[in-house]
Amino acid sequence: MADDLIARVELRAAHGPRRSAELSLDAGAFPIAVLFGPSGAGKSTLLRCLAGLDRPSAGVVSWRGRPWFDATTWVPPQRRDVGFVAQHGALFPHLDVAANVAFGLDALSPSERSRRVDECVARFELGALRHRAPSTLSGGERQRVALARAIARRPSLLLLDEPFSALDHPARSALRADLRRWVRELSLPTLLVTHDPSEAMAIGDSLAVLDAGRVRQSGPVGEVFERPLDAATARILGVDTLVPAAVLRATEGGAVLLAGGRELAASAPVGITGEVRVCVRAEDVALLARDPGGGRNGAPGRVLRVDDEGAFTVVALDCGYPLLARMPRRVFRELGLGEGDAVFAAIDEGAAWVVAEG
Amino acid sequence: MDWTALALSLRLAAVTTVILLALSLPLAWWLATTRWRWRHVVDALVAMPMLLPPTVLGYYLLIALGPRSPIGALLIRLTGESLPFTFPGLVVGSVLYSLPFAVQPMRASFARVDRELLEAAWCLGASRARTFVRVVLPLSRAGVVAAAVLTFVHTLGEFGVVLMLGGNLPGRTRTVSVAIYDQVQSLDYAAANRTAGVLVALSFALLALTYHAQREGAFRWPTT
Repeated sequence: MADDLIARVELRAAHGPRRSAELSLDAGAFPIAVLFGPSGAGKSTLLRCLAGLDRPSAGVVSWRGRPWFDATTWVPPQRRDVGFVAQHGALFPHLDVAANVAFGLDALSPSERSRRVDECVARFELGALRHRAPSTLSGGERQRVALARAIARRPSLLLLDEPFSALDHPARSALRADLRRWVRELSLPTLLVTHDPSEAMAIGDSLAVLDAGRVRQSGPVGEVFERPLDAATARILGVDTLVPAAVLRATEGGAVLLAGGRELAASAPVGITGEVRVCVRAEDVALLARDPGGGRNGAPGRVLRVDDEGAFTVVALDCGYPLLARMPRRVFRELGLGEGDAVFAAIDEGAAWVVAEG
Repeated sequence: MDWTALALSLRLAAVTTVILLALSLPLAWWLATTRWRWRHVVDALVAMPMLLPPTVLGYYLLIALGPRSPIGALLIRLTGESLPFTFPGLVVGSVLYSLPFAVQPMRASFARVDRELLEAAWCLGASRARTFVRVVLPLSRAGVVAAAVLTFVHTLGEFGVVLMLGGNLPGRTRTVSVAIYDQVQSLDYAAANRTAGVLVALSFALLALTYHAQREGAFRWPTT
């Protein structure tokens, strides 16, 4: 398939190390492609090179067949037709909300411009904020205006650099849902950078996992999160526990493994053998007061530590290997468990996933 | 009271301020944003007139613009006139003398404009020039006004450069500070008192007005 977006860049700063990063996405990755990875992976570098805000010392940047940068080409940000929104929105403090939204609309005639501003004010629900100064807005309102300002120009590509990371939880989820709606309504290809797994899952259609400048894995969001390619990718994606295990035999769509001296069943890619890791998300582990018998998938263990995480409780277990379980607080209270108690950890066979060691 | 000298000083200050604003806007923006490794040399050159004795600056200008220097000779060939001891000569001297007072407040306020705002403007299609006019200048109003007021008042009070380069020709190069010096030399303390008083009152009124406008929020005075 032809790649829609290509960014293969190398940057050399006067002081500091040479950085390089690459990413390519095909049309199927949009409308919302998420670029995910730990800090320092090169996500922002790629995004800034795509926007034209950083100029690589070598490489290629192109979008839908138009070269933006290569050995002989340099297209400045003004002529790339991209929308760019960063963490703090960068609203112009001397202009009110409507003037901020209108800033990028110089190419339109005055009547078209005011019509477009009206339309954006309605679409992005800015009516009450229209004549307010940016300094009087909340963080969520600011990002809403920043998104409206970037989208008002109908750019060919929307680039978002952790646009929600400075917001509190309710504002964040509301704006995420709105962004999904706007992007779909306008069928606007969007590349969003985040280091937050739950954000990636909540908003993305596709996901590319970036580590040290290279894409480790990419594909539909659900697939990447549920079926990481290897242990290192699983760690980046925030899998809570990677249980060391050995493959005993393959089954249909899975494998039976030896983990902590006991058999454990899990989903697995075809043909995997030898020393492996089993990815177990803490929410896929259920705690039972005692072994229910009947060959229930899981392992007996002992409670090591109990931590409260807001509405959830995280229990650290020793099952011959360390294992984490997460459940609603009330569910844990009803179990009546404390540190040192014996327990049975039931592991969802379909959700547990076997990856190669590494 | 030498009204001719006062009028000449005001005219000199006004012309110098206009020229310096036009000159310093690009220079200060360049200094605030460039990553050129030798920018410190330019910085030092711009700041020089602040520390140099005005007579030294005036002396060098007198030599450089005089008919025996290549620059002076060229100017005479082009304009048919020698710059020293003329009003245009005074303007050249004042522009150099007040350069740091125009550049540094602007430079400081330009440097405080968040780079993210510039990047946002570029991604919204605004050219660098347009970004400067629509984002940088409005956010640097305090620095630009400070630069204008300081340049004006500083030029109004200059003495050493004027005396060296302009001499003391009534109506042509005799500024108000030279007039005061003259009055004191001729032991006319009453006249000197009046002229000095007018100069003090004028400078004070200008600065007070600027501070007032700043407090009223018309613009902010640069804090660094």
